[in-house]
Amino acid sequence: MIGYLLFFMILGSFAYSMWAGTSAEVSAAVISSGADAVSLVLTLAGSMAVWGGVMKIAERSGLTEALTRVMQPLLRLIFRGLKKESEALRSIAMNLSANLMGLGNAATPLGIEAMRALEREENPRDAATPNMIKLAVMNACSAEVIPATVAALRADAGSRAPMEILPCVLLVSFASLAAALAAAELFDLWRKE
Amino acid sequence: MNLSVIAVPLIISLIFAWGLYKRVNILDTFIEGAGENLKTAVSLLPTLALLMLGVGMFRASGALDALTGLLSRFTDAIGFPRECLPLALLRPVSGSGALAILKNILDENGPDSFAGRVASVLMGSTETTFYTIAVYFGATRVKKSRHALPAALTGDITAFLLSSLLVRLFFGFTAR
Repeated sequence: MIGYLLFFMILGSFAYSMWAGTSAEVSAAVISSGADAVSLVLTLAGSMAVWGGVMKIAERSGLTEALTRVMQPLLRLIFRGLKKESEALRSIAMNLSANLMGLGNAATPLGIEAMRALEREENPRDAATPNMIKLAVMNACSAEVIPATVAALRADAGSRAPMEILPCVLLVSFASLAAALAAAELFDLWRKE
Repeated sequence: MNLSVIAVPLIISLIFAWGLYKRVNILDTFIEGAGENLKTAVSLLPTLALLMLGVGMFRASGALDALTGLLSRFTDAIGFPRECLPLALLRPVSGSGALAILKNILDENGPDSFAGRVASVLMGSTETTFYTIAVYFGATRVKKSRHALPAALTGDITAFLLSSLLVRLFFGFTAR
């Protein structure tokens, strides 16, 4: 999909520049795009390295474990009908704590494990179960506590307070997650009838 | 004192203190985690080079301005800054593409402008929806993801509508 999008963007730019007479600008953009990509990665790499280090300490010292235990009863309210000693619920909790702590690399494999555990426990035929849908939806909404990447880019662009957006980000994240999960519940009720 | 100013140093101090208390080897563990993420960052480069090329050409040609000009007729009504429209369009489809656009918006408008803040909030509070749903269901045997995508997109639309509203609420209604 992203391949088609890029194809459209590049050909569209060429066609539009011929019409609008902006070929010189487009040509300059092509030359500088590689260097722009490198400078973007440099900005990201520093902040990602620092957070990776800090979060590794959190993981090793058992903070992620503790978070996982605290979250399980709460998650039962969202993921209903699972067994008492559900392996899936544990995986879901681990996936969510990794997401909260911004451990994107760790969160995806944990989420996929949780998805497969749900599949084993709920045994759907060919259509996803409500719990599987909610897990995927939860991961498609951001649940990161510290928007480190965004803050790094803001700092690089000369922001006075790169983290001042934190309360806004948290509120919007939470509201969109709640809306998405509510939508999942509503679609479920509606489709059952 | 502002919460957002204390949050990061506080969290870092707590994590280090807890790590020391639990006798984690702080130095080696930090270096291990930092190294892993550094590799991830570098592995993003080829994708970002391609996306920067596409986004850069599209912007330089003037096509992006034309597209946002067209769409802004609708979004101006809800007070969404038109500079952030490309980000809102690309965010659910491509994470790297959204990063490339965010960098552009921050450099052009300034990170502490209205548009810069809305873009930052939108980026920080959403995910690559299409990609995530595809990866999660790709890992299972089920063929129908049913209402997963519409539900997830409901979340994206909520974030889109709330981002400009909350930035106004936090940083002033006259900000532009």
